[in-house]
Amino acid sequence: MTTAVRKQEKPKRIREAKSARINRSLGGTVAIFVFLALASAFMLLPIVYTVVTSLKPMNEIFLYPPRFWVQNPTMSNFSTMAELAGELWVPFERYLFNSVIVAVLGTVLYIFIASMAAYPLAKRHTKGMSIYYTFVVLAIMFRPEVTQIPLYIIMAKLGLINTYAALICPIVSGTLGVFLMRQFMETVPDDILESARIDGAGEFRIFFRMIMPMVKPAWLTLIIFTFQSLWSTVDTTYIYDESMKTLPTVLQQISSAGIARAGAGAAVALVLMIPPVVVFVISQSSVMETMAYSGMKG
Amino acid sequence: MKKAAAAAPGRAVSPLVNRKKKESWRSRIPTMIFLAPFTILFLVFTVLPIAAAICLSFTYFNMLEMPSFVGFDNYVRMFFDDDVFLTALKNTLIFALVTGPVGYILSFVFAWLINEFGRKLRSLLTLIFYLPTLAGNVYFVWTYIFSGDSYGLLNSTLIRLGIISDPIMWTTDTNYMMGVVIVVVLWMSMGTGFLAFVAGLQSMDRSLYEAAAIDGIRNRFAELWYVTLPQMAPQLLFGAVMTISTSFAVGIQSQNLTGFPSTDYATHTLVLHIMDFGSIRFEMGYASAVAVFLFAMMIIVYQVVNKALGKWAA
Repeated sequence: MTTAVRKQEKPKRIREAKSARINRSLGGTVAIFVFLALASAFMLLPIVYTVVTSLKPMNEIFLYPPRFWVQNPTMSNFSTMAELAGELWVPFERYLFNSVIVAVLGTVLYIFIASMAAYPLAKRHTKGMSIYYTFVVLAIMFRPEVTQIPLYIIMAKLGLINTYAALICPIVSGTLGVFLMRQFMETVPDDILESARIDGAGEFRIFFRMIMPMVKPAWLTLIIFTFQSLWSTVDTTYIYDESMKTLPTVLQQISSAGIARAGAGAAVALVLMIPPVVVFVISQSSVMETMAYSGMKG
Repeated sequence: MKKAAAAAPGRAVSPLVNRKKKESWRSRIPTMIFLAPFTILFLVFTVLPIAAAICLSFTYFNMLEMPSFVGFDNYVRMFFDDDVFLTALKNTLIFALVTGPVGYILSFVFAWLINEFGRKLRSLLTLIFYLPTLAGNVYFVWTYIFSGDSYGLLNSTLIRLGIISDPIMWTTDTNYMMGVVIVVVLWMSMGTGFLAFVAGLQSMDRSLYEAAAIDGIRNRFAELWYVTLPQMAPQLLFGAVMTISTSFAVGIQSQNLTGFPSTDYATHTLVLHIMDFGSIRFEMGYASAVAVFLFAMMIIVYQVVNKALGKWAA
């Protein structure tokens, strides 16, 4: 935690980073560059292949021997995707609607409840809070997959099976977001809060008017993480009503049809991939600022 | 301020400061209201399932009849009467011991190397490495790359290069399945921990490097070992937590790549075993015992890593 540099030191840090670094040999830098280029190629290859495949006409998908690059790019897979989607059990738009509702509702809900919980965890220094914090840290490791059986029973008892809540609840009860928010809020100086209290501001006013604007990078980061995990949720345990399933389910259905549907499958994958990537690119600097405070003490 | 707050957990704050802090929150009621919404969700959907799994693991429960207490039978059955469990355990440990440390070290190495570059290139490289995690379900494209017929990209490339003469059934031949899943899991292992490493390296105090250079540190590796790593201990622990959580829970990836059940259970894991007994065979008691076992294993590994990192950073 102590490694985090305070905000006011930032301009100095950036200026120094531009000056020549010590302990650096040119050969080493070149070697690093080559190594990273190769690793990037490996990371990008499947993504690029997805894009290329989505642009391939049917005859090129069945070309033998197969080629990596597309010869005559076409948008036909995207229209096939729409056609295939029309043959699905429920309209394609319904899956999209479900995905958007789940992702947006879940994200908004989580930002609120996670940052609210993080505030006393960061700023109220009592024994109870530090015990709670220990649980928060331990539970980061927890994966809903591990306890899906009791979770199913609980969902069924609460009448949540086949509802959006069944998709949202396991993700918004995660503690990673609370942890990241708390770490960031801890950097807000106590003096500012203290003087606001002396001026007569209540805790809720302090929270919404002072804390939340100051920890904007943290909740932007949380938006990305939460949106991304909700958006990519494929759930067949708590949702079996087809009209309540999310968009990635369609991807699974199309891609399970094998190589003949490779083009359409890649098109769906591409459509699914775009929202999280765009959101990440826009707020990357906020994410990095937040993650700088992610360190935990043993 | 940052330093004081960081030291707070576990260290006794002076009585004066403590009283002042307590007074500043006029009553407990706001605290309760702030904590309540998340706490309720956390208790119902995280704590309660864990508690329920522990209780159910000592029962026979098929969802139709009331659970009946069977003592440690489920745990005994796991080790003495279920060969598939042992296979799943072995595979889970292989995945965890290979993808865990390798993914963890690669995350750090890439973050460290990326840190050498200027802001723009660094942002671009961060995006590229994080892309597989960000893209979520896109890993299904690997099924086309590893496709078992000669249309598969890997097979056709290897045939054209003359390395192999017949296509290899990557996802159904037990010799290769494990490797295929490991490659894909590693491809996806630059996750939240990786971002924490990149960010942590960025916020390192530069004056430490200058001081180290004066003290006679002459190359990157010495600098990494003596300056960077000790400073990064908190981020390293965070990364370890994230790694444990993903590397022990490999399952869905293997299901999507090699099918379920996979040939000879060659890529069967504990998470898939839980799904098998829980959602297909409706043996909830037994599935819960496997889940408790898996979670206990993760906690123990966390404790060990935590101790080791703590000792090393001190």
